[in-house]
Amino acid sequence: MKAAVITFPGSNCDRDLAMAFEQAGADVTRVWHKDTALPEGTDIVGVPGGFSFGDYLRCGAIAARSPIGAAIAGFADRGGHVLGICNGFQVLLEMGLLPGALLRNAGLKYICRTVALRVETTDSPFTCAYGEGAELQIPIAHHDGNYTADADTLARLNGEGRVAFRYGQNPNGSMEDIAGILSENRRVLGMMPHPERAFASIHGSTDGRTMFDGLMSAFAPA
Amino acid sequence: MKYRVFVTLKSGVLDPQGEAIRHALGALGFEGVNSVRQGKMIELDLAETDAAKAEDAARQMCEKLLANTVIESYRVEPA
Repeated sequence: MKAAVITFPGSNCDRDLAMAFEQAGADVTRVWHKDTALPEGTDIVGVPGGFSFGDYLRCGAIAARSPIGAAIAGFADRGGHVLGICNGFQVLLEMGLLPGALLRNAGLKYICRTVALRVETTDSPFTCAYGEGAELQIPIAHHDGNYTADADTLARLNGEGRVAFRYGQNPNGSMEDIAGILSENRRVLGMMPHPERAFASIHGSTDGRTMFDGLMSAFAPA
Repeated sequence: MKYRVFVTLKSGVLDPQGEAIRHALGALGFEGVNSVRQGKMIELDLAETDAAKAEDAARQMCEKLLANTVIESYRVEPA
């Protein structure tokens, strides 16, 4: 599996995400936001957490319109896989690759702690290695993770089984406890929690590693 | 041509910051503040001299970048 991990000015989880892909066994290329193309043969793009462009205007808004943004959108349109974590999720929403938006946390505070997450679907390359309904321990670290969408969008996400994760206890006011959602073709996942921060035993949980191992098996040559 | 762009959350979208401001106003003794909605104002100085074209350009800027039309609405005014 060939992974491309993007770095924007202000990204701060890009190294962690690259390491998670590497330790799962992927070939990783780091890609700068001013690049206009992804490396040849890229299987999956990782859009990392952080504070791209200082969260100016809106979280993820400027990054979504950066030169590499157009390349990521084209890659996704051609059926490529994209994983957006935290600020990466915000970027994918701003690009329109996923529906809805993320508002300021209902309690207005930046929240940094490990939360319980429920796996809502195993029907995706990201969640295929989890047990149906499994409960995970994964850290969150965000100020704007309050997912919002109109009633039609929510109905569609639910009806098509595109909610990937829900919070056990809602930390941020997110509608219907939504923590992560999939695209229509199930190849784009955006999520606020950080699976790359629950990768090794030293992290206190390895529940995030399962996602990367699942991706490796999904991309393994038949 | 100079314009002011006002970007606000659409009615119906919860505004946690507006709510916090409303509570703070109450704490300062301002009574009867039914609701507070906050947003941002952006000033644009455009080289275009044709008002219709300039305003149209400002609107396109709102659609493509300045507002997230999933949750925000915008208003363009000559400055």
